[in-house]
Amino acid sequence: MAFVAKEFRHILRDRRTLLILFGMPVMQVLLFGFVLTNEIKNAAIAVLDPSKDTESIALTNKLISSGYFHLEQYLVSAEELEPAFRKGKIKMAIIFPDNFAVSLNEPSSLSRPAATIQLLGDASDPNTATTLINYSNAIIADYQREKFPILYPQSPQIKTETRMRYNPEQKSVFNFVPGVMTMILMLVSAMMTSVTIAKEKELGTMEVLLVSPLKPIQIILGKTAPYLALSFLNAAVVVVLGIFVFGMPMHGSLLFLAAECVLYMFVALSLGIFISTRAKDQMTAMFMSALGLLMPTMLLSGFLFPRESMPWLLQMIGTVIPATWFNTIIKGVMIKGVGPDVLWQQTLALGGMALFFLTLSMKNFKDRLE
Amino acid sequence: MTNIITTHQLTRTFGKFTAVDAITFSVKEGEIFGFLGANGAGKTTALKMLTGLLSPSSGSATVAGFDVWKQPDQVKRRIGYMSQKFSLYEDLTVRENIRLYGGIYGLKMSEIKSKMGVLLEKLQLGPEADKLVGALPLGWKQKLAFSVALLHEPKIVFLDEPTSGVDPLTRRQFWELIYETAVTGVTLMVTTHYMDEAEYCDRVSIMVDGKIQALDTPRAMKEDFKAESMDEVFRRLARG
Repeated sequence: MAFVAKEFRHILRDRRTLLILFGMPVMQVLLFGFVLTNEIKNAAIAVLDPSKDTESIALTNKLISSGYFHLEQYLVSAEELEPAFRKGKIKMAIIFPDNFAVSLNEPSSLSRPAATIQLLGDASDPNTATTLINYSNAIIADYQREKFPILYPQSPQIKTETRMRYNPEQKSVFNFVPGVMTMILMLVSAMMTSVTIAKEKELGTMEVLLVSPLKPIQIILGKTAPYLALSFLNAAVVVVLGIFVFGMPMHGSLLFLAAECVLYMFVALSLGIFISTRAKDQMTAMFMSALGLLMPTMLLSGFLFPRESMPWLLQMIGTVIPATWFNTIIKGVMIKGVGPDVLWQQTLALGGMALFFLTLSMKNFKDRLE
Repeated sequence: MTNIITTHQLTRTFGKFTAVDAITFSVKEGEIFGFLGANGAGKTTALKMLTGLLSPSSGSATVAGFDVWKQPDQVKRRIGYMSQKFSLYEDLTVRENIRLYGGIYGLKMSEIKSKMGVLLEKLQLGPEADKLVGALPLGWKQKLAFSVALLHEPKIVFLDEPTSGVDPLTRRQFWELIYETAVTGVTLMVTTHYMDEAEYCDRVSIMVDGKIQALDTPRAMKEDFKAESMDEVFRRLARG
């Protein structure tokens, strides 16, 4: 009994253990509870409606008022479709035919429906695209049921045509290759750096280095350069595997992708250095990286779960996670074949983060080790 | 003899706590200077300020004639440091460690090579040169760490509790090494809380609560306090 009591005291007096014991389950339940809902709300869509009649407007309103979509762009011509998708502004587009209201009321048969609506999904994120298409189909079906209670469903008046852009076969590899890249680079660049610097602190060798004529910047560069090289190699392996084994496309510039990788690695590295200035030993550094960097990268960046389905707060947190931006960049370059002209915003965001965290961690590195 | 270390009103505070409280002292060239005090008396903090690891809250210090904060690069090239924790890389071999530290201090490859030979010979570590440092007994590690700290021929070597956790025989051998080094004109500043080691020093200072309470040769200090040993001197001072 005395022995059991002792263990309880250990637990209660060690704040870290307490945090794991009670903080982890609460956090995970909340996080997964909110994140894991595959229900998507407020997805950005575009509508191309040459008819603009009562029926097409009614159906559009019905789609929007469902709460699943918000109308990002009202297209005037089909030429506007491509740029909207390339820039990632919309996740889906709905295209009405001409004279929708008129053709809708014409007689039809199963083989020859009265009207056809096209649904275009951005399948560079296959999960989200499929979900959105399913929603639309359900809402359109519902619309017909109200409108033609007798005819439907024996003889549907509206046929929907689905096209998945960028990834017609809806391969999940399109999603996980970029996701794995964000994870691996974060793991190697951030976690390994933070652990290796914390190790020097723990063992006391850091003091010896700081007493030596080496400048702090030299110490940091010396410590991180090997990991930069390793992460870069890792990224290359993932890309090569993705392309040659899993048939991932590479439509954009390889050089641009490499440059973006380096940028992301800098962000990750500076986060790693920042953590190492806070953590006094390897365990803590490992823990902080895993909880503070890897978990959000995995859960909130849009890799495993669509960001569209997350509550506002988690989406906001997602925007400050470097992986969120990097994910968009990889997908943009590899799948959509876009370059800096489209991805400058994301690149700027990453660049800003790199600068911010690098300055912060450098300052911290000096202060903390003094 | 000239002063190689001087401090003036050197102070370091952490929040409201004053770890080192306006200490003023000097160390002469070639001296073995013992820096004594109980745990938490401020000796490690003072040492960290002298080696440039910590900046002072106020006051000043010079080491080897250079201001520690205004000319840190000049100072760093002239000092050696052996930390309380073991300061070599355990997963590197003896040879690799020596090469690394030589490189850090900007020694030429040829210099490192010749020094490596001398060092291995002196410590009789020849057969162990390609073994991982982690596999060596603690006493050898300490001696190796000390020798490595001397590799770039510093004028002053700071030793922060170099003998804590080492058996008496190895401690004895370690002090012989310190003596051998002092003979070559190198100044040694040693912190310790073994009072018998204080007897080996040319001069000692005793820190209590951030202040230097006494500074003299061990003999003079014992006479002042009419004490049999340094241990007794220390206990009287620490009791206040």
